[in-house]
Amino acid sequence: MLRVARLIAAKDLRVELRSRVVTNQVLPFAAIVMVMFAFALNSDAVVSRVAPGLVWLATLFSLLILVQRSFAIENADGATDALRAAGVDPAGIYLGKALALAAQLALLELVLLVSAVVLYSTELRVGGVVLLVTTFVAATCGLALVGTLYGGLAGGVRGRETLLPLLLLPVVAPVLIGATRATEAALGTGGATVADGWPWVGLLAVFVALFGVGGTLAFGPLIEE
Amino acid sequence: MDPVVHLSNAVAVLGQFPVLAGADLCVDRGEIVLLQGPNGAGKTSLLRLCAGLLPLARGEATVLGCDLRTNREAVRSRVGLLGHANGLYADLTVTENVRFWGATVKASSAEVEAALQRMGLAQRLADVPVARLSAGQKRRTALACLIARRAELWLLDEPHAGLDVGGRDELDITLREATSAGATIIVASHELERAGALASRVVEVVGGQIRTIVEGAD
Repeated sequence: MLRVARLIAAKDLRVELRSRVVTNQVLPFAAIVMVMFAFALNSDAVVSRVAPGLVWLATLFSLLILVQRSFAIENADGATDALRAAGVDPAGIYLGKALALAAQLALLELVLLVSAVVLYSTELRVGGVVLLVTTFVAATCGLALVGTLYGGLAGGVRGRETLLPLLLLPVVAPVLIGATRATEAALGTGGATVADGWPWVGLLAVFVALFGVGGTLAFGPLIEE
Repeated sequence: MDPVVHLSNAVAVLGQFPVLAGADLCVDRGEIVLLQGPNGAGKTSLLRLCAGLLPLARGEATVLGCDLRTNREAVRSRVGLLGHANGLYADLTVTENVRFWGATVKASSAEVEAALQRMGLAQRLADVPVARLSAGQKRRTALACLIARRAELWLLDEPHAGLDVGGRDELDITLREATSAGATIIVASHELERAGALASRVVEVVGGQIRTIVEGAD
């Protein structure tokens, strides 16, 4: 399973390196969303207060594009069918695609965090770095796992482009809430302390464990006929 | 020796529609069997059933010794299905695609190189992204992937489609070599003249059933 996961992840990342969809389309899209938030709120104080939530909202919007892209490369020439027909372990496919998605999300989140510092005057605290990094790792894993699972679910049906946001966004609400609260605690937004953030990281860890195990078991039946 | 494919009164259903309605077929090792019949007759469904992709609703079906009623997933890694789509990644090169599909069965670099050589892809086209290939070149790349996967049973749906005359001749040679090496091939094709000359047996599929069997077509 792990060998297949490495193979699939390497293939997905190589496809991305060639096509440069993340760097040429998704990153600019996320940056534009951040700028639009600033225009819409039009208040430094408000923007600074809600910056963590905006970072994670922009991440979720970009996640939709990344997941659709991840499964578009499989469906374009029937590769999903070919993977099934070749008897490739579906759990390995799931973990591999989630791993590649997580790598792309990590790059995206780094850019969004830098954007928040530049555009929203968000300040990073040394004392909150461990919490911030842990939050980003846990939330990235959670988003990648659930995104891959629902991408696989929506990938085989008609109207998948519109169905995916409808299915995915409600499910990732716990990640949005947990990651936002934990990031606020790490950054000290609204007087929150670092200690306030760890319970939210616990929520993210439970989410990762649930979708890690559930997705690994469910992905095979999901992509079957 | 046990047959590679043994179907007895096999029924398969897609939604509410019976795509195979009691098919009987027996294919021995090293045979090239041509499936012919009108569109919607069940040729593709028969191939997908043999590949372990379509569940068996009723009857008996054994492929490469695997009982499709109880464990249709087991046969998949030993079968190569080339359907209407090629299963290739457009942004990757020809070599990267063949290497990827070979890696799914732990094929060595030498095996990947041999597959590329066999399909005439080792030179000029090796480093060309699949997105820039013609339809025929993509088909040849897909066949190279199948060779690299060391499939024992090849299930080919219109394999000649999109190939020029030279490509078709190469494909026929490849298929004959594959059977000489122990592979068994089932081909669904409308190109009866070419595929019929290649086949050791022609099977007609009509309404999800095997109607006529013409022995020794070659």
